[in-house]
Amino acid sequence: MTTKENKKPPPSPPSSSSSTSGGGGTAMRVIVPLQGVVQGRGGLFLGSVIPCALYYLFQLYVKTRTRHRFNSPPTSPHSNSTPSPSHNNLPELSVHPRSLSRTHLSSPTPSAFLSGRAASLAADSPYYAGLYKAAENPYHEVDNPEGVIHLAVGDNKICVDLVEDWMEKNLSGAVLEEGGDFPGIGITGISGCQPFDGVMKLKVAVASFMSQAVDNSVFFNPSQMVITSGVDPAIEILSFCLADYGNAFLVPTPHSPSFDGAAKWRTGVEIVPVPCRSADNFNLNIAALDQAFNQAKKRGQKVRGIIITNPSNPVGNLLSHETLRSLLDFAREKNIHIISNEIYAGSTYGNEEFVSMAEILEVEDHDRERVHIVYGLSDDISVPSYKACVIYSCNKNVLAAAKKLARLSSISAPTQQLLTSMLSDARFMQNFIEINRLRLQKMCQAFVARLKQLGIECARSDGGFHCWADMSALMRSYSEKGELELWDRLLNVAKINVTPGTSCHCIEPGWFGFCFTLLSEKDIPVVVERLQRISEATK
Amino acid sequence: MTRTREPESKSKTSSPSSSSTGMKLIVPLQGVVQGRGGILLGSLIPCALFYFFQLYLKKRRRSNDKHPSSNPPSPSSSFPELPRTPSRSNLSSRGSLTGVRLSRLATTISDDDSAYYVGLNRASRDPYHKLTNPDGIIQLGLSDNTLSLDLIGDWMRKWGSGGDDGLSINGIATYQAFDGVDELKLALSDFMHQVMGGSVHFDTSNMVLTAGATPAIEILSFCLADHGNAFLVPTPYYPGFDRDVKWRPGVDLIPVHCRSADNFNLSMTALEQAYSQARKRGVKVRGILVSNPSNPVGNMLTQDMLYNLIDFAEDKNIHLIVDEVFAGSTYGSEKFVSVAEILESDSEYIDNRRIHIIYGLSKDLALAGFRVGVIYSFNKNVLATARKLCRFSSISAPTQRLVTSMLSDKKFIQDYFETNRNRMRQVHHEFVDALSKIGIKCAKSSGGMFCWADMSGLIKPYSEKGELELWEKFMSIAKINITPGSACHCIEPGWFRICFTTMSLDEIPLVIERIRRVVEVCKSSS
Repeated sequence: MTTKENKKPPPSPPSSSSSTSGGGGTAMRVIVPLQGVVQGRGGLFLGSVIPCALYYLFQLYVKTRTRHRFNSPPTSPHSNSTPSPSHNNLPELSVHPRSLSRTHLSSPTPSAFLSGRAASLAADSPYYAGLYKAAENPYHEVDNPEGVIHLAVGDNKICVDLVEDWMEKNLSGAVLEEGGDFPGIGITGISGCQPFDGVMKLKVAVASFMSQAVDNSVFFNPSQMVITSGVDPAIEILSFCLADYGNAFLVPTPHSPSFDGAAKWRTGVEIVPVPCRSADNFNLNIAALDQAFNQAKKRGQKVRGIIITNPSNPVGNLLSHETLRSLLDFAREKNIHIISNEIYAGSTYGNEEFVSMAEILEVEDHDRERVHIVYGLSDDISVPSYKACVIYSCNKNVLAAAKKLARLSSISAPTQQLLTSMLSDARFMQNFIEINRLRLQKMCQAFVARLKQLGIECARSDGGFHCWADMSALMRSYSEKGELELWDRLLNVAKINVTPGTSCHCIEPGWFGFCFTLLSEKDIPVVVERLQRISEATK
Repeated sequence: MTRTREPESKSKTSSPSSSSTGMKLIVPLQGVVQGRGGILLGSLIPCALFYFFQLYLKKRRRSNDKHPSSNPPSPSSSFPELPRTPSRSNLSSRGSLTGVRLSRLATTISDDDSAYYVGLNRASRDPYHKLTNPDGIIQLGLSDNTLSLDLIGDWMRKWGSGGDDGLSINGIATYQAFDGVDELKLALSDFMHQVMGGSVHFDTSNMVLTAGATPAIEILSFCLADHGNAFLVPTPYYPGFDRDVKWRPGVDLIPVHCRSADNFNLSMTALEQAYSQARKRGVKVRGILVSNPSNPVGNMLTQDMLYNLIDFAEDKNIHLIVDEVFAGSTYGSEKFVSVAEILESDSEYIDNRRIHIIYGLSKDLALAGFRVGVIYSFNKNVLATARKLCRFSSISAPTQRLVTSMLSDKKFIQDYFETNRNRMRQVHHEFVDALSKIGIKCAKSSGGMFCWADMSGLIKPYSEKGELELWEKFMSIAKINITPGSACHCIEPGWFRICFTTMSLDEIPLVIERIRRVVEVCKSSS
């Protein structure tokens, strides 16, 4: 950036100097004596100093001008918003009226400056528009049968009953008596002394739970964990730690719509999509990765890492052992980081076995520094509103920084206490994971089968909460516009809120994410019937 | 590699002074210069030189970047050499810090620790306990309130056994609004109404709930200022601001120094001066960040001062952020005035869109571990943005439930406040009294959880260094962690922040005894 800026200025001085020489009589008066100097020995020296000085003056002029422009809206707002009240000192007012019309033109909202980054968040993607719409008018079997069925959020409701049972039995014990000699949440919980990055007890419980999830093939070190209040802050904290403003991450698409917010908004990091295609069942292709990396590099972007989701978020396929290994090789070759987002690790239901990045690292332990795993605690045990997530990293500096940043998205004491006792209840957890897996499998199969009857094919999936369905046949035109038009019809006519592929930056139009875990079995016919209406209308 | 050399050699040859090839270039140039095109060429040539120089620098930097990464690819691309990779990469990652790059932020914050945080860490490693660790460090550096913890404990126990469906069932699984459920907002607005003097009504639609006041400040910084802009902050200020405002939002804090002569009250002239100095330096000031009651000192902003601040903000067209987390923790005779109260009484004359209030339950309800904070703003755009940013620091559902039912228990809240206020008043009075008996004076305060104590008589070089030396003595000799004024950016050395709400009445003699030890050591050595 800086070099570019520096490159520009030099050419401009000559033009400004030449314009002065071409100008009127006053300019000549300056130039004539100058020529005398130039024709002497000091020519080269002065010839270089003068354009520099001119350039400097020009800069100064531009700067004062921009400052002036920033200043002019400020003074007017109160005279604008509150018809001339608070300040009734006349001299000021008599000057103002002129600036008023100007600011009206430049900015319709006359209040104090908001940051540029705040303004850039204003736009809503269809994903969020859908969320609001669904929240306004939610479907209910009895109370609101015409409401919007919400299938766009990665949420798991199919095992809520298990958690509720557990809560009923253990709630008071879990929160209240854990502290031992002290009433309430325990002295550590209630007083602010608790570390922002999660209490050790919870970390230990998480570590053993995570090891259990990968069949004890990996030992997770509790001291290498930072607990945050949800997946988004975890990704954000890692982005802050690994990349500077303007750097980039490679992310295979389609990716979760929330990545845009998590990785980009506040960090200023860019996402370079690595398109995956339906022909490969949206599996990651290292050649595409390499290509995206090189293209980004050519554009002058500094790529700092890859963010993968495993099981992948909208599609639900798993990354194989070989892919993970070659990803690691790729990262090593380019000397970049890998963020492995494994929030659905416990929610697999297919035949394929889930392989965690941690397992690969266990074997190739020389490259741990560059791998950071995000593990979604609350999502796996179907309580996403608990907002708990773990960053697991072997990089000491990343951990140190992340622990400090955790103060800005820390998890509350009662929740920690609750999660600790829930995770420590090994029998419950085991039972939960098994039942959850069975129900996920059943639900996915049932839903996919019904969609198939409608002629809608889904990508093969082994994990996660989504069916990634190909509805391109229902689109009126094969393009992003056609896709959004179909999404709009689904939302407003069929009253189903799903995630359009464009929100996931899918390169092929016509794919939609259905979060089947929000459904109960008796909801399936309702959804299918509503889809049928759309499909018939299209034919 | 060979290409990068080229510009270098070119720039060398064209540099005038000595070599004969250089002369060959310069002689014809002189001819040109002495002709009419002098100025034009004279300006073009240095520009071109400058351009080449830039090009050279750029190439050089790029090749530097490539260097570390160009090592690994060569072995991994050719198979027979593969076995070598592990050992090599082992070397590179272990031997040097340049293994894989971290962001600038991560590198700067990993060793950014003021005495405040050093003290907290040390105290947490060796905490005092009456029975198990009587020689441990007494933690007086936090802003915790354990005076009325028993009340909260009682309430929780009752709630737990009462079969209230509080936490469970409802809304466990659903993704709730990131910025807090409406029931909690409603309960909180009632609570704030009560805390802030009972005259202000808080509109739930102006609220955004965050996981503590800390992220609330950060989110506001993100919304109100861009990277490199600044806020004016009266000093001494809460050490956490440095992290919340500067780290990720990249917003600067410009100190507005308050002095002991005014009992550390804010002066408008100092504010004006700091503002115009910042402007002169080319810094864009976007707002004023004040805490009321102020954090280390504990004095309160008067109604007049609040009006002055609002006028100042209007005049400069900047924002006013008021951190009122201690609003309910007052014990003095002065009455606390919330800026919301002024806005309500003078709503027609004030552009309320530039005023933002931060509140939280960590201090007033002593629920620091619960992480409940609020942004209360009248600015629709700020609220909309804050709601989006809330996803990064949202409150978990069980906590929201728990806090909602706690806040809705009006009788409990009333009792709690009365008891807490009495206890605070008592401990504060006793402690300040005892301190003055050993010759340590405190600034006048009427709110907050701290004594702001003047120990400038005990520091030897009257400077920050002397202050930190004394602090070290407190840590090692007295085994007390307190916050030195320099961590709060106080301009006068020798002031210390002592949190009095973490000790009970009967612990005061112990603390005083330990402080006396340091006082004696200082006196005997001088």
